[in-house]
Amino acid sequence: MVERIKTGDGGIILTTAEDLVNWARLSSLWPMGFGLACCAIEMMGAYASHFDLERFGVFPRPSPRQSDVMIVAGTVTFKMADRVRRLYEQMPEPRYVISMGSCSNCGGPYWEHGYHVVKGVDRIIPVDVYVPGCPPRPEALIGGFLKLQEKIRKDRPFAPKLALEVENESHPV
Amino acid sequence: MRFGEIVSSLAGEFGEEIVVAADEAAIQPYLEVPAAEIASVCRFLFETPELFFDFLACVTGVDNGPGKGTMEVIYHLNSIPLGHSLVIKVTVERLPGPDELPKVPTVSDIWRTADWHEREIYDLFGIVFEGHPDMRRILMPADWEGFPLRKDYQEQLYYHGIKVAYEDREDPGKFPAGIQPGFDISR
Repeated sequence: MVERIKTGDGGIILTTAEDLVNWARLSSLWPMGFGLACCAIEMMGAYASHFDLERFGVFPRPSPRQSDVMIVAGTVTFKMADRVRRLYEQMPEPRYVISMGSCSNCGGPYWEHGYHVVKGVDRIIPVDVYVPGCPPRPEALIGGFLKLQEKIRKDRPFAPKLALEVENESHPV
Repeated sequence: MRFGEIVSSLAGEFGEEIVVAADEAAIQPYLEVPAAEIASVCRFLFETPELFFDFLACVTGVDNGPGKGTMEVIYHLNSIPLGHSLVIKVTVERLPGPDELPKVPTVSDIWRTADWHEREIYDLFGIVFEGHPDMRRILMPADWEGFPLRKDYQEQLYYHGIKVAYEDREDPGKFPAGIQPGFDISR
């Protein structure tokens, strides 16, 4: 049996509150369990054991109230658009959106003659990361999550809005 | 039963004028009947023991375009125990709607499978099936405008504030009031 001696050495990490919060947010991105078309099959493949999204802390939730990220995986029809918007509104902030596949990026193969398809889910909700593909491979969706993590890592959740605006003016992105 | 025998038994029941047109040489021999008579013809085809068309395989809508000014509904019938089949067509005048639409009597009380088929034809072609228990759109949203599979269909500009056409990506549709992005898009 190993003897545990409390020496008081170590056990302390110095960081900023923002880095800590960002780290917590990006390490447990819980998507809403929700799919619209064939992209959802690839999304399910990404969740399952072979690709195992859970090693990134990504774990689908059954309710928008418990979710941080919405993966719009598939063709958004006009009939579905109101529902997608409603689900997005039900998610607590901070919330993020990954648009998965050509259909939700820009209408995909339905861009010209698809009278029933919303030509890009960014027409109804703001999108953080676009994953191209038709449908994207699970690796591509994982890449999308890594991009989203990068984006959250750069976030400044506690900075006053005004300071951010001034900063952006002096250092335009 | 052969096609000719089916046609003659129909003519015997309803009179010669029931057969508007018939083509036995076609790959699927068809006969055309007046639109107002389709329900009673189908009832006869279903209830007569020698015919017994117990399976409605498909109901199809066709728009012949504003030039011809007609629309068609095509019924594919089979008798599973007797092993014969029949195609029946009806032609109706092509009314532009939305107040006035072409009307065809329903057959959904004979074959339940016609229920959703007729709703789909109503949804996409704008043909009303009279006597149908639930004549609503089935695929498109209930408040959609127009009938998408008509030849002269023009999609609406906006649906619930969302631009329908792909063009003009500078205008990404209106953001509805009350939605705030969960992050600062500018960064």
